[in-house]
Amino acid sequence: MGAYILKRLLSAIPVLLGITVIVFLIMAMIPGDPATAILGSYATPENVAKINRDLGLDQPLVNRYFIWLGNMLTGDFGRSFSLNRPVLDEILDRFNATLVLAGVSFVLASVLGILAGVVSAARQYGLADKLITFTVIIGISVPSFFLGMMMILLFAVNLRWLPVSGMYAIYGGGDLPDLLRHLIMPASALAVVATGVIARLSRSAMLEVLRQDYIRTARAKGVDERRVIMGHALRAAMVSIIPVLGIQAGFVLSGSVYIEIVFQWPGVGRMLVDAILKRDLLLVQGGVVFVAACYVFFNIVVDVAQSLLDPRIKT
Amino acid sequence: MISFLKLLFRNRLAAMGAVVLSAILILAVITPILPLADPDAISTADRFKRPFSEGHLLGTDHLGRDLLSRLLWGTRLSLAVGIFAALIAASIGSAIGIIAGYFGGRTDNVIMRAVDMLMAFPYILLALAIVAALGPGLVNALIAVAAVNIPFFARNIRGVTVGLAGREFVDAARLAGMGHGRIILTELLPNVASTIVIAMSTTVGWMILETAGLSFLGLGSQPPQADLGSMLGEARSALITAPHTSIVPGVMIFLIVMSINLLGDGVRDALDPRLRSGALTRPRAVTLVDRRGNVPRADQKGLLNIQELETQFHVGPRIYRAVNRVSLHVNPGEAIGLIGESGSGKSVTALSVMGLVASPPGVITGGAVRYAGEDLLAASYDSLRAKRGQNVAYIFQDPLSTLHPLYRVGDQLIEAIQAHNRVPETQARAEAIELLKSVRIPNPESRIHNYPHEMSGGMRQRVGIAMALANDPDVIIADEPTTALDVTVQAQILSLLDDLRRERGLAIIFITHDFGVVAQLCDRVAVMYGGRIVEEGPTETILEHPAHPYTKKLMACVPELGGGKRRLEAIPGLPPVVHELPPGCAFAPRCEKATEACRAGEIPLAGTETHTVRCIDPEEELA
Repeated sequence: MGAYILKRLLSAIPVLLGITVIVFLIMAMIPGDPATAILGSYATPENVAKINRDLGLDQPLVNRYFIWLGNMLTGDFGRSFSLNRPVLDEILDRFNATLVLAGVSFVLASVLGILAGVVSAARQYGLADKLITFTVIIGISVPSFFLGMMMILLFAVNLRWLPVSGMYAIYGGGDLPDLLRHLIMPASALAVVATGVIARLSRSAMLEVLRQDYIRTARAKGVDERRVIMGHALRAAMVSIIPVLGIQAGFVLSGSVYIEIVFQWPGVGRMLVDAILKRDLLLVQGGVVFVAACYVFFNIVVDVAQSLLDPRIKT
Repeated sequence: MISFLKLLFRNRLAAMGAVVLSAILILAVITPILPLADPDAISTADRFKRPFSEGHLLGTDHLGRDLLSRLLWGTRLSLAVGIFAALIAASIGSAIGIIAGYFGGRTDNVIMRAVDMLMAFPYILLALAIVAALGPGLVNALIAVAAVNIPFFARNIRGVTVGLAGREFVDAARLAGMGHGRIILTELLPNVASTIVIAMSTTVGWMILETAGLSFLGLGSQPPQADLGSMLGEARSALITAPHTSIVPGVMIFLIVMSINLLGDGVRDALDPRLRSGALTRPRAVTLVDRRGNVPRADQKGLLNIQELETQFHVGPRIYRAVNRVSLHVNPGEAIGLIGESGSGKSVTALSVMGLVASPPGVITGGAVRYAGEDLLAASYDSLRAKRGQNVAYIFQDPLSTLHPLYRVGDQLIEAIQAHNRVPETQARAEAIELLKSVRIPNPESRIHNYPHEMSGGMRQRVGIAMALANDPDVIIADEPTTALDVTVQAQILSLLDDLRRERGLAIIFITHDFGVVAQLCDRVAVMYGGRIVEEGPTETILEHPAHPYTKKLMACVPELGGGKRRLEAIPGLPPVVHELPPGCAFAPRCEKATEACRAGEIPLAGTETHTVRCIDPEEELA
């Protein structure tokens, strides 16, 4: 197992390099003089000269890439012009908030989605199945940002059950209950689409598995139907559900951009949008690389979970 | 095409999606000729008018602009951008996919590596990076969304193309001297077109949603130009005071995306042949029993007594009579062979006993199955479950697919024990080891930790037998347990079963298509054809004096060791399709002796007390 984890970690290196190359190439598409474009309204002659020197913009593309990569490896993601502080500091400050939001949302989506899928498959064509299928269709079609706004309108403005926005109350907040109260709406708005997708896939994965011969064997042994479904069938279905969880984690992580804007959640997503609007490209570049790298590591976790679940995978 | 549309619209949700989507599309197309207010005409005096106010059906926004007009123009823009993005993503992605799949090798490797890299990004993040580089704006948002979806198309289309590229028609085109370009355009593209359509129908909704999302963030369309996303984004600041300005564009995005999703699902289902046959239905815990007519009375035959059993498969309008009034009984310590070609109904007969026929589509429509006098077809789920494995146990054909691939064999044995006896884990484990020993598996203490895929076929089948023995059942139904094994292993398994029968007084129903196996193990034989028993009697009698022409032919198919240069015969023709059985003898079409009388009507099972045959002109007179 240890060897397998090490192998997966090593195989992440080319992917991470690929990510930096792609981000670098995208940023190299910037039309016109890059220094001016990166600096935008901060493009004083001193700044232009400084950034040309910092980024080695006077050098060939390949050299520039390696300078940038080398700087990042030493923890230097550059300096944000709009915030006037190191990019990495800003990202690290904000990443916790995104992690809390996306993490809770992802767990919510996985648990509810799998549960709904299992119930739906076990009661195929029954009332519960029809209800779940219908809800799922609505769930995967509603834009999360619109859903978030409607939630604010209903639960915060009309019913006054939950706070409108933010991560903590400004006065007297800061503890866990306060965080949870602030988290309920954004986390559920973010989870809805992923829940729907996971529920759909879990349903078809379960249906596929329930037709297998080993399910008949379990029944022939006299195993109770509940155990057949929740044990034998779900265990086997998880093999095809888990990769989808990995993909959905990416959707939740990046979809948090919208939710962070709607609920003014102080995370990386909101930082990225602000940075794009202010043309603070070093901040965008750093943020994108950082989040993508986190996602790559999460996928390694998914692969390891998969190998623990399926003994047929050669570890 | 017509049948595709019919299939599509039989799906009510897809039809609903199609109706809503066409309505929206038509509105978007005719927007310029509708008598609408100027969508950009600002009138500060008329700010935030509510819906249904005079002159403004949907009210006005924060600048007093008519919402209905803005909605329709915005819808037009959103649809155009989304569809355009989908077309770009589909054409570039498909081109990449076809090239990678067609050329294969290094080209494929390099391209797919790059595609994998792009897919390593969380979806929207990549779009954000592209917009960041190109700058906010609708065209840039469109490019970003299209670019992000290219890998999806490339992957899907490559997969299909790889399958096609090795096919004969591509080779033929190559031999005919066609260039790569022409092969791709005339041979491959038409064949991947349906995949491209499916991929588009499932992604165009996403792309509309994503461009709306970028506009919502202020990164897409810039004022005064407004798509649905930017309308929603602008309205957000007035969410609390004038919610209708947010609800109007939001609901429209939702309707568009939902109708596309519904239609896309319908298209996919209609094009996916697996769903047409209803293959993706889940078998219930117990076969459906829907008996018409009288339940046969209990007679005192056998420990397990199958009486007049009828099991059918209802697939759409067709009814397959897989088991047609089959009667069979087995006494303690007795081994019965149930023999026939595949499709003759022998397995379905066996599975019907404990309600294990997949249902849907299986339905037991008549007869009775009595265990010690009790009718199992009338039993509740709980009482049937309690008898499964405890009284009547099964051994199945292919132990690789019938053992759970993800559980250790020991755990599967322990589960079988604990399903009927509340014994502690350690005791169950010890019993499991004993069971493996009793089926002569060497090193059972270490073998219980194996997964099925780590064992050989013979060992797996022994595990299957051990599992059947776990609760000391009275009856074992073995469904071709040796078919998947090689001959030496087969002989070992058979002698093992025979020993167990003698030691434990087991009753065995042995299903096979092999007379050699029957001769070795069984006291009595029943021959099935077309869902019915055509001959039944003591093994020796039938082996020496087969009465039914089918039995005789079936035996001629078995090679005999040292039998000299006997020609190995095959039965001409195919087994009957059991949903359109001819009247009379089902074997008549393949029988050399068949006469008009054979096809006239029902032929009864007749003969002596021990040997019966369903034939009007048997090979041997039974007296």
